[in-house]
Amino acid sequence: MIPELDFRRESARILAALTRILGLQNLALAEDVVQDVLCRALEVWKYEGPPRDASAWLITAARNRAIDLIRRERTRRQFAPDLELRSEYALAPTVSAMFKDNEIEDDLLRMMFSVCAPNLSEPAQLALVLKLLCGFGTDEIAGALLSTQAAVEKLLARGKETLARGGALYEVSGRAQIEKRLESVQHALYLLFSEGYHGSSEPVREELCAEAMRLCALLAQHPVCGTPRTLALSSLMCFLAARVSGRAAEDGSLLLLEQQDRSHWDRSLIQRGFDLLDGSASGDELSEYHLEAAIASKHCAAASVSETDWPGIVELYDLLHQLRPSPVVALNRAIATGEARGVEAGLEALGALSGEPKLSASPFLPAARARLLLRAGRSQEAAGAFAEAARKARNPAEAALFAALEERSRD
Amino acid sequence: MANFLYIFRGGEMNRQSPQVMQQQMQKWGAWVQQLQRDGHFKAGEPLERGGKVVRGKQKAVTDGPYAEAKDLVGGYLLIEARDLDEATELSRGCPGLDVDGTVEIRPIASLDM
Repeated sequence: MIPELDFRRESARILAALTRILGLQNLALAEDVVQDVLCRALEVWKYEGPPRDASAWLITAARNRAIDLIRRERTRRQFAPDLELRSEYALAPTVSAMFKDNEIEDDLLRMMFSVCAPNLSEPAQLALVLKLLCGFGTDEIAGALLSTQAAVEKLLARGKETLARGGALYEVSGRAQIEKRLESVQHALYLLFSEGYHGSSEPVREELCAEAMRLCALLAQHPVCGTPRTLALSSLMCFLAARVSGRAAEDGSLLLLEQQDRSHWDRSLIQRGFDLLDGSASGDELSEYHLEAAIASKHCAAASVSETDWPGIVELYDLLHQLRPSPVVALNRAIATGEARGVEAGLEALGALSGEPKLSASPFLPAARARLLLRAGRSQEAAGAFAEAARKARNPAEAALFAALEERSRD
Repeated sequence: MANFLYIFRGGEMNRQSPQVMQQQMQKWGAWVQQLQRDGHFKAGEPLERGGKVVRGKQKAVTDGPYAEAKDLVGGYLLIEARDLDEATELSRGCPGLDVDGTVEIRPIASLDM
């Protein structure tokens, strides 16, 4: 059995190593080399499939091309100035050493930190993460971020210019140097995961979630980057991802939390989430990721909706709202209040949000109200609120769910 | 039955995403496997891009061939088919055709009369 080969992942690894060697100012050149290596692999492998050591083949091909390129261009171009590339004697060993596994992992981190720069906008950071660290093509990024190909091309072109001006990759060493940018990196990964998990085009785009988790795991493994905040973020992703397979029925239609078959939740991911959450408790910091992970853990720990620790969840939402006030947090807090303290308390909390402009387009506010009204036996009002939720739905799966609930309330 | 040579030109995947390239590789693999299963496949290999060209009485050696990417022979398959029609029909499954590649189908000259 040939091990699963992933061109995307391989291309991101090779690109990171090449960019380290050739310098960030030669990013475009490094991308050309990656493209060339993959093209060649395709040519050679297409008749009989990739060889057993495909990954090593790609690394060797990239290394040889890098050596040729440096030999040809070193009088004209500046490459990584801290590497011994000028002497013919040192060139091959230096380049080879940079393609070792642990070096490549460091290079991926360097690339991650470089891309999450304060002078790049959040959309640009996400597009660059997907392009340079996940090996996505322009049209795939447009699909992932619900943007157009032209807009993504522009974002990438400008972003790469900004990166290239920076010269060298961000040096991920030394506590102070790392901490200066670690929060932006965590935030970008959080956004990437959320885009996959809560994105509006399809219920869940597991690919984006998986990429965010992979990069977060890389961060968590690093002795300095693996801070309690990083572990909490990683834990949060595990808890949420564990529930992905329960969120939709076999026909693809969405399920409510109480409808979900919890035996479909991924127990090993939940366990990993708890292990990481334990690990994240080692410092004195309580970040938003800690709180969100703790909330998600309570859902994962419960056998059913009614057995869930709702009072505990309300408390955590209170803390989260103090730390990062937002309408979405307030909405979730109100929903939890309805579960913890009864229908009236829930309706009151939701009522307080009715004038919130940032929630006016959200289907979840009327849907939450509808479910409480239904519990109170006010089924006509509930049907009306579900109808409003269906009108505001962001994708056909949501619309179908709310329309079905409306129908059921009228029966 | 007769033997035929498929000569592949072009169909390079420049400027495609890694994912698309991987899918293209898988399509090729599936096509070749199908030819094997149906007993058509006899041999086949990709060719390196560069090489040498020797010309004329002087036997002058140059690097080459320096054809344009679309004209460069990228590989060959030797297949067995009933006749040229069947060989042509089988070649239509070649995934390179979807990305501007060509397949040239040449009957291997038979020594039998």
